[in-house]
Amino acid sequence: MPPWPRRPASRLPATTTYNPPVSSAGGDRRGARPRRWLRSLAVAVAIAGVWEAGKALFALPTYQLPHLHEIAADFLREGAGGERWVWIMALNAGYTALESLIGFALGGAAGLVLAIGFAHSRWLERGLSPYVVASQTVPILAIAPMVVVWLGTSWFSKAVIAAYLTFFPVTVNMTRGLRAVDPDALALMRALAASWWQILFKLRFPAALPYLFTALRISATASVIGAIVGELPVGSRYGMGVVIINAAQYYNWRPANLWAAILVSALIGIAFYHAVAAVERRVVGWARTAPAV
Amino acid sequence: MAAPIIELAGVAKTFESRAGATEALRAISLAVDAGEFISIIGPSGCGKSSLLRIVGDLVEPSAGVVRVKGKSARQARLDRDYGIVFQTPVLYDWRTVLENVQLPLEVAGRPRGERQERPRTLLRLVGLDEFAGHYPWQLSGGMQQRVAIARALALNPSILLMDEPFGALDEMTRDRLNQELLQVCAETAATVLFVTHSIAEAVFLSTRIVVMSPRPGAIDRVVTVDLPRARGDATRALPRFFELVTTVRRSLREDPRLAGERAGGSGG
Repeated sequence: MPPWPRRPASRLPATTTYNPPVSSAGGDRRGARPRRWLRSLAVAVAIAGVWEAGKALFALPTYQLPHLHEIAADFLREGAGGERWVWIMALNAGYTALESLIGFALGGAAGLVLAIGFAHSRWLERGLSPYVVASQTVPILAIAPMVVVWLGTSWFSKAVIAAYLTFFPVTVNMTRGLRAVDPDALALMRALAASWWQILFKLRFPAALPYLFTALRISATASVIGAIVGELPVGSRYGMGVVIINAAQYYNWRPANLWAAILVSALIGIAFYHAVAAVERRVVGWARTAPAV
Repeated sequence: MAAPIIELAGVAKTFESRAGATEALRAISLAVDAGEFISIIGPSGCGKSSLLRIVGDLVEPSAGVVRVKGKSARQARLDRDYGIVFQTPVLYDWRTVLENVQLPLEVAGRPRGERQERPRTLLRLVGLDEFAGHYPWQLSGGMQQRVAIARALALNPSILLMDEPFGALDEMTRDRLNQELLQVCAETAATVLFVTHSIAEAVFLSTRIVVMSPRPGAIDRVVTVDLPRARGDATRALPRFFELVTTVRRSLREDPRLAGERAGGSGG
């Protein structure tokens, strides 16, 4: 008798995650959820404790480090227009999230195309990769205003800056993933007289998916940074970058506002990261090693 | 007699590398008739895998001619005349067992009905129809290799190239798979080129055994296995079986270049 239970021989879609019903792995799963939440909560409480302890211990004034409750209170404060700040933050965060998402998609696609080119042509890689690397050594803060000048102050220029930070990890990881194919798996395709496209879509690309998702996790947070940096130059009207600039200007007067903006910006990045991880769990369920979250 | 299905004439292979040229194969000539089961046996590094890959047009010979069904090896590959099984199963992890067996049919653009039916039939043939929906890592090594055999048979190839397919398995599993393989071959009428380290396995399976010597690989001797074609557990107990095992072992040992080198797992 095999160690796994017999399953009906129904055809599973390739994307279905197979949950091993083996007791040790599958049994813990249901119990793990609430415990994981509890753990996250415990860590959050610990950080809050260190924060307040540090503030008390070094006698830091509010303009250096506000109390956590002051930051929380800032969300409930009424803004100039009469709306509460929690609403103002939500609107601007949504705007930034949308720009990041578009940039993430554009950058991911660009990175993928470059990676496919690099993986198939050493010549192309040797020629282009120095510039790809150089593109990431130039400070994004210096490039962002130029992109805004070229493309205008609309959401599009921000998405392009987000894409600029997104494509690089995808290119680097996918080039490697597309090349790291088992030579015998490739020989099999050759023996089947498979076309270039068939080898790409039936072998190289699925085999490289774990590499792709590693890159997308990095890109997810980078794209949010890119969008925010893109909002910093003069002329932008919405987004967390604008909120941060304004809050920085009035920092001495209302320091909690900047801290609240930082918190919200971080939350966007964290949400993106976990969204990518969730998609990864669904798509790369066949990978034997569980992705670390 | 009909023309041989595989013909090798003066095939040689030299690998070039920075360290210099390595002569892997020298002057290999061999003719295989349709329906034969040919084992290629020899010590590690005698180029038997290279020879198999040259026949399958996965490696270019440095010299010599390969004719398969009256065509070049390349044309035979493009006509999908080969089924191939490697030492490791080489299953695609992201595909279920059924989808792995479907792969050759997809690549060849076969009609939908055939893509559904043929893999089911083949999985039944190798006794794995219950595992169609499993992923490869959920199967044992022997089961994975049976999936690989089913996949190799998907396009009903006239030639099966097998590169030590059972080398990584335990002896009991190997014996059982040997038996199953003979049944499969009888049903599909495929011609088989089978690389192995095991003398007993070679004798049990083959119609002829090609004994190779190492560096550069050359054919030392071809042993005809004159056992009845229907083989089973009783075959392994026949006196003639032991004689043939001894003959093959002697041919491997006689080679002066093999002094001090063990001639693979013997079994038997």
